[in-house]
Order: sequence, then C-alpha cells, then structure tokens
Amino acid sequence: MRTGISELAKRLQSREISAMELTKAYIGAIEKLNPTINAYVYLTFDTAMKAAEKADQRLKEGGAPLLCGIPMALKDNICTDGLNTTCCSKILKGFKPYYDATVWEKLKAHGAVLLGKTNMDEFAMGSTSETSCYGAPLNPRNTNYVTGGSSGGSAAAVCANLAVYSLGSDTGGSIRQPASFCGVVGLKPTYGAVSRYGLIAYGSSLDQIGPMTNSVKDAAIVFDAIKGGDRRDQTSVDYDYGSSLAECLDRDVKGMRIGVAEEFFDGINPEIKSKIEEAIKLFERNGAVIENIRLPALKLALPVYYIIACAEASSNLGRYDGIRYGYRTSSYTSIEDMIVKTRSEGFGDEVKRRIMLGTYVLSSGYYDAYYKKACLIREEINREFDAVFEKCDVLVAPTAPNTAFPLNYKGAGPVEMYLSDICTVPVNIAGVPAISVPCGEDSNGLPVGMQIIGKKFDEATVLQAAHFYEQSAGEVIGVYEGGARI
Amino acid sequence: MNYEIVCGIETHIELATKTKIFCGCTTEFGGEPNTHCCPVCTGQPGSLPILNQKVVEYAIKAGLALNCKINTKSHMDRKNYVYPDLPKAYQISQYDEPLCEKGYIELDSGKRIGITRIHIEEDAGKLVHENGYTYIDYNRSGVPLIEIVSEPDISSAEEAREYAEKLQLIMRYIGISDCKMQEGSMRCDVNLSLRKPGDSRFGVRTEIKNINSLSFIQKAVMAEAERQADILDAGGTVVQQTMRYDEATNSVSPMRDKENSDDYRYFPDPDILRFSINDEKVEEIRASLPELPFDKLKRYVNVLGLPEATARQIFRYRKVAEFFEGALAEGASVKNAANLIVGTIFSNMDTEEEKELFDIRISAAQFAALVKLADEKKINIGVAQSTLQKMLESGKPVEEFIKPEDLAGISDEELESLCKEAIDANPKAVADVRSGKDKAINVMFGYIMKKTGGKADIRKAEVLLRKLIGQ
Repeated sequence: MRTGISELAKRLQSREISAMELTKAYIGAIEKLNPTINAYVYLTFDTAMKAAEKADQRLKEGGAPLLCGIPMALKDNICTDGLNTTCCSKILKGFKPYYDATVWEKLKAHGAVLLGKTNMDEFAMGSTSETSCYGAPLNPRNTNYVTGGSSGGSAAAVCANLAVYSLGSDTGGSIRQPASFCGVVGLKPTYGAVSRYGLIAYGSSLDQIGPMTNSVKDAAIVFDAIKGGDRRDQTSVDYDYGSSLAECLDRDVKGMRIGVAEEFFDGINPEIKSKIEEAIKLFERNGAVIENIRLPALKLALPVYYIIACAEASSNLGRYDGIRYGYRTSSYTSIEDMIVKTRSEGFGDEVKRRIMLGTYVLSSGYYDAYYKKACLIREEINREFDAVFEKCDVLVAPTAPNTAFPLNYKGAGPVEMYLSDICTVPVNIAGVPAISVPCGEDSNGLPVGMQIIGKKFDEATVLQAAHFYEQSAGEVIGVYEGGARI
Repeated sequence: MNYEIVCGIETHIELATKTKIFCGCTTEFGGEPNTHCCPVCTGQPGSLPILNQKVVEYAIKAGLALNCKINTKSHMDRKNYVYPDLPKAYQISQYDEPLCEKGYIELDSGKRIGITRIHIEEDAGKLVHENGYTYIDYNRSGVPLIEIVSEPDISSAEEAREYAEKLQLIMRYIGISDCKMQEGSMRCDVNLSLRKPGDSRFGVRTEIKNINSLSFIQKAVMAEAERQADILDAGGTVVQQTMRYDEATNSVSPMRDKENSDDYRYFPDPDILRFSINDEKVEEIRASLPELPFDKLKRYVNVLGLPEATARQIFRYRKVAEFFEGALAEGASVKNAANLIVGTIFSNMDTEEEKELFDIRISAAQFAALVKLADEKKINIGVAQSTLQKMLESGKPVEEFIKPEDLAGISDEELESLCKEAIDANPKAVADVRSGKDKAINVMFGYIMKKTGGKADIRKAEVLLRKLIGQ
C-alpha cells in the first residue's frame, strides 16, 4: 500500500523530506505521465512551489497540521481565486474566479499544496469524464478504459500517484463511481457536512464535495479538514462530530448491523456481485450481523435523480450567457443572438441534453407530472432509508453495476449510461454519506468498488467499517506502479 | 362611461435594510457602477445566497401593518428568465408560499381594498444605455424588495390613487422604506379591465407597468379605462398586453407583445432552506410597530380634539407626529403645539420631503417650553410665532429670546396698574367705549401691548379694563 498522509506528515515534520522536495517529486511525475493520462487540465506548479516553501517554514516551526506541505489536486469545478476554474466546459474556458471555495480556503489554511485542477465531465454531467472539453482522462490502470466520472481526473490523479489526495464532487455518484473504476477510495459526505460555497453548482440539492484518496484513513483525515458548517452556505450544517474521525477508525465490526438490500444487486455484473458477497462474508466472519432488508422505492431513484438534478441544472446553468465572464461567441447581431450563439457553441451535447430535460420537467403543465412527483418520491425514498437505518448501522452495496467502460464506449446511448448510476444516486437523493472502497478486480484486472452507506452525519461508522474491511481484506487490487516516487 | 372599472395594483417596494437580501453588500442608492457588488449579488459561479433575516422582519412588519395573516412557514423560489440585468438568469422570489396573505387597506370611505399577498424577492441590476453601448450596473442587484399585490377591488381612478397613497404612507411610517417613487424605491403596476355593471365576469385586462408617481396612477387609470371603453363601445375586444403610461401625452400604449406568455419555471430554491418564524417573533415584531398613521389620525381628531384639517397635516409625517407628541408629553397644549407646527414650522418647509425629513434645530422639549409660555398666557401667539422662528433659525432655546424678567414683569398687579395707565392716557377711547363704540377698547389694548412688548395676557387685560371703565 502507498505511503499514507500520516506517514508523509511524519516524514515532513521530522524534516526527513521537505515539502518542496515532495512537491517537486509530484511535479516531475505529472510532467511525465499527465500528457498521457490527462488527469490535470490546469497546472499550478508555481503557486505549488510557493505554497511548499511556506509549508516548509511552518513545518520547521513545528506544530504544523497533518496536511501541511502535502501536494494535492482539486476538481475543476471548485473555485480557486485567480486560478482557472472551468468545469471542463468551453463556456467557462479561461475563467478565473476572484474568490476561493470554502473547502479550498480551509485546506490552504492547513498548508495544502495545490498541484492543479483535475479533469471532469463538463459541469459534472457524465459517468466517464469523456464530456470534458479537454478530452477524457485515461484510467491509469489500463489506458484503454475510462476513469469513470464525473470526478475522473481526481480519481486518476490519486490512482497514478500524481497527487496524494484530491477533492471531487458527487451529485449522483461522481466521487464514488470513478473511485471504483480507478481502484481508489472516495467519500461522499452527508449532504450539508461540507460547505458547497465555491463549488460550481450542478444539482444544488444533491451536490457534495468529498475526498478521493488511497486509503480510508486518508479520506478521514481530509474529511476532518474540510467538514463543518459555513455561514456562506445555508445548507451546510455545523454538526458536532466529537473528535477527529481519523483518530477513531480502529473499531472492529463485532455486532455491527450491516444491511443488504437486494434492490442494489438487480442487474449487477455477476463478477461484481460475487466480489461484494465475498466482502459481506468477511464482515460476517468478523462478527457483523447481516440484515436482509428491502428498499422498494430504490427502483424509482434513477428517474427521480435525473428529474431533480436536471431541473436544478437547467436553472443553475442559465447564468452562462457570455455577458459577464467565460466564453462569448465571436459574431452576433443582438443580445438575444449573442446569448443563443454563446450557449449553442459553449455547451456540449450532454449538458444541453440535461438543460433541455430540466427545462421540460419544470415547464408549466409538466411540473406536477415530473418535478413535483419526483420530489414526493424523494421523500418516500428518504423515509425508506430512515426506516432501514432503524435496523442497520450501515448498508453494503456495489458502487457501480459494472467496472470501467472501454474508451468511447457508446453502448445503447445516454440512457444506458444513466443506468450505470443506479447504485449511487439513491444515496444523493437521501442525502446520506457513502464511501467506495476497492474490493477486488474483475477478470480484465479492472477494479471493483464496494459502497458502504451510513446514516446522516454518521461518517464515523461508514469510515470505521470501510477501514476495517481495508485492513482485513489486504491487497485486493494490484498496486499501480508509477507516479511520484518518494 | 357605461362600464365598471376592475383594478388591482402590484407594488414593488425597496426595503431600507442596510445590506442586500442575500449578501453583505450595501443597499445604498447610487455609487459608482458595480461598486456595491460581490460574488453573490453578481451571480458568480459557485456563490450561494444567505437570506437576510432583517428582510423577513421588514416584510412581516409590512404584513402586520396591512392586516395580513403571516405565514409562519415559508420558502424562497426561483423565477427563471433571461435578461442581462439578472446575473443568475433567475430571480429569487416567492411563488406559492408568500410571507404574508389576506390583508387590506381601508379607504376614507370605509371601503376595504384587499391585499392578496406580500412576498420578498431580490431586485435586478440596471441597464444603462450610453454612446450606442449598453452597460450593466449591478449595484441594485440583490437589493431587497417586497411585492404587495392587491385584490381587484379598486373601482375608480381616485380609489387607485388613494390606495397607493395610503400604502406609501403606511410603509414609510413603519420605517421599512422611503417609498420614493421618482427614485424607484416604490413602483406600481396597475392591472385594469372593464365590465358592464352587474356582470360578475371579469373583462380582458391589461397591465400598466412601472408608474412612478401617485398622480400618474390616477391619470393612467383614467386614460386606460377610457381607451378600453372606446374599444368596447366600438364592438372591439381588449387585447391582454403590457402597457406603458406616457405622462407627456397622458396616454397609454402597448409596451411589448405578450404573445409568448412567459413560463418562469418556478421551483423551490435548493440553496435556501425552508424557514419558519415562530409566533413569539411575530408578536415581538407587532409590538415594535409604531401607532399606525390612520389610527393616529383618528386619535388626534377624536381624543385630542384637533380639527381634522390640522390633524391631517401633522399625522402624515412620522417625524412630525413624533415631535408633536413629544411636545405634548412635555406638557404643551394640543392646540398651540399643533398650530405652531402647522403655522410656523411648516412655513419653513416647502416640500413634502422636507416635512418627511423634518430636520429642525430644536428639540420637542425646547418647543414645548415655548408653547407652555403661550399656554400660560405669558406671551401671546404672535410673540410665540416670532420667537419660534428665531429658535428655528438659531437652534437656541426659548430663554435666549425671552428672559425671565420679561415674563416676571407682567404680574396681575402690574397689569392692573397698566390698565389704569391706559385709561388715563386715552380718555377719548374710554368715552367711546362707554357710549357703545366697543371697538375703541382696542386703543387701550394697543397701549398695553406696546408697553409690555406684547407679553401681556390680553384677555385678562380686557376683563380688568371693562371693570375699571365700569362696564
């Protein structure tokens, strides 16, 4: 297993290695591998070196936090003052916000070293990162395959050791599914646990920022640093987690009630199903109580998700009109013409598809049949999750029904692609936390991800169960050789 | 005209909170373009709104002052439409759960004009057309507004004006807005249709947008009612459309076609949590409201006994009413205080605005000290008026102009000897009075006033004089 954050922090603090040396190692690896993997779409090496220099000062003085001097990456939809933030969309090409997202402000205060902004599906809409206007990132484990999406670049950067950790965002699975495809850990926190201020919105009631890392412990360390209420985000919650979650990981699963819902296993690739079942057996062998539970409304989660996310997106993306920032069409005859041309040229097909879908479901005459009904079913899904968590501490499910797709895989069209979100979207609809941890490889050697889902604000149990599995199962996937050497 | 006017008014009022509705930027009017702005009110990607609690409070104040029911559970919606002055391409407003509902304003006739709803929302920026270019100033973007929608209960141009005037007065009184129609902090849209008397169905209505003065509301209603009547009389049908009132020609003309009826795709704003206001909070706000203007007017007439004309001049300006009541609290008499305010203080104020601001250099207590001298007949009204004028100009208290010795000089004994003096000095006038030419007594009044510098109590003097003359 790769060197974790706490081990790196120890070496940095003991001055065995400097933050500048560490940063240089990552810069070297990025220069070598990124032209192929395309994990990063914007590199910030100058600011990284300056941040590393500052971090070294702090480390010398002593008492620096764990993340001080650790090189990392941010998804391209997280605002960074003066640095490109484009959502990998032509319509925001060259856009530099003049303020920082709260998560980035927090990490900066810890002494984080930002290497660059990572590739993603345009406006986080997609399951392969192929809708990026910069071209798709490639799966480091096999470059004929996609990374998954939408946080594909963040997953690839961590997988290929081009960053110690990264942040992604998850609206319907965009952290967990690429984590699963690339064989890394991805945590989608409870809705409201992490401030969304500065996260360029896709589906505002579903979006959540979370860490992508090489281990559960690293995920806990990063989550510790970014969580918390924010006066700039009304939907954030100042939940009292008690102590550092990273320090409370060591717990066995004896007596832990683990729920298994058959609805999560419908239509799942049999290879994946058997890997998850093996993991469930591991929990059971170690004293966990397996509860077979039902979530009948789950089959409605996918349409509910696409209606709500697209409705919100159609409104959130209305502001990209070429007037104030970002791309503007080169020739036009009137303001209306300018807006229409800018949006026609600036947005990709998938984004347009979702804007149209969202506009449609909110239109008068259709609102009740689609959006309103979806909100009602959302409440029903929430009630089912609440009921299930009366009986269980966590649920275990596959992260995705399949392993990574081959590049340019079109399948049966967009709807089949939407179906691949079936295991992840219910979690966003219910606003609960979930983690994806690697739990094996398929016959092509592609990683399989297991999802552990918890109650609202019970990231602690989710992380404990995942950590226990990770420690007990050993090396379930091959180690990626390459990337930064330290 | 053989038609009945059916008219409702939608009023947008800018709230006088210090900061904008969803961010900490100032709401101050004017300023260099785009200097009262931040990522939130310019809709930068990734920014999020935080609802200003003061806005909710102000809107509840408005609701309570207009006899509304307050919805203790409410939420914000997004109203989606594209226009360059709207940086997010949606306005955060309220659709199906307005903060206040079902109130009314009572007209002088006793007729009540229903208030359908009051909701809170954000203002948009402003387009500035200059040198063939269009510029956008987002200083106003995010300034809090309330929209007050009336029932279609208004049935004449005069009622329309009275409704708007009363609304303006009440809103100013409770201190939530300066309601300056010329500066756009109060804007009215008038909906109007005609129907045959007795007909229960509504006719086709038009909407006259952005009327910016009270008298234009009255004129616009008249002009539009006439225009619609002409159409109907000629056997035509009124087209549902948005109109503009042109004050220069006193006419109403179509603004833009409403062929494509706008679909705003309202839905609850996921960035702002549903909010609830508890009953204690509502009661706290109710308790903080001042006496409302029309309650005050009634009290001035019925309890204080002021003539209605005088009462009306004082009650309509909250600061004037406060000054007046402050003087009464210091012991000034109702009549003298009211008359000195209306007669002397107002003569220094040419405009409504000056009376609204009521920026004067003396305090209510200082004013009361002067009024009491007049009340106690230590000075007469003429002296009170001229002294008040000097006080207003200098900001100095009454003692600067009327010394205690001036007042002490006119004791009853002194007045009696002055009266004797006056009789001795004016034998002809005394004879005239005795022979029935009563006006001749004025000669002796003049003598006494001259000697005392106007400080004598003329009624006391009269009694004494008549006694001494033997009448």
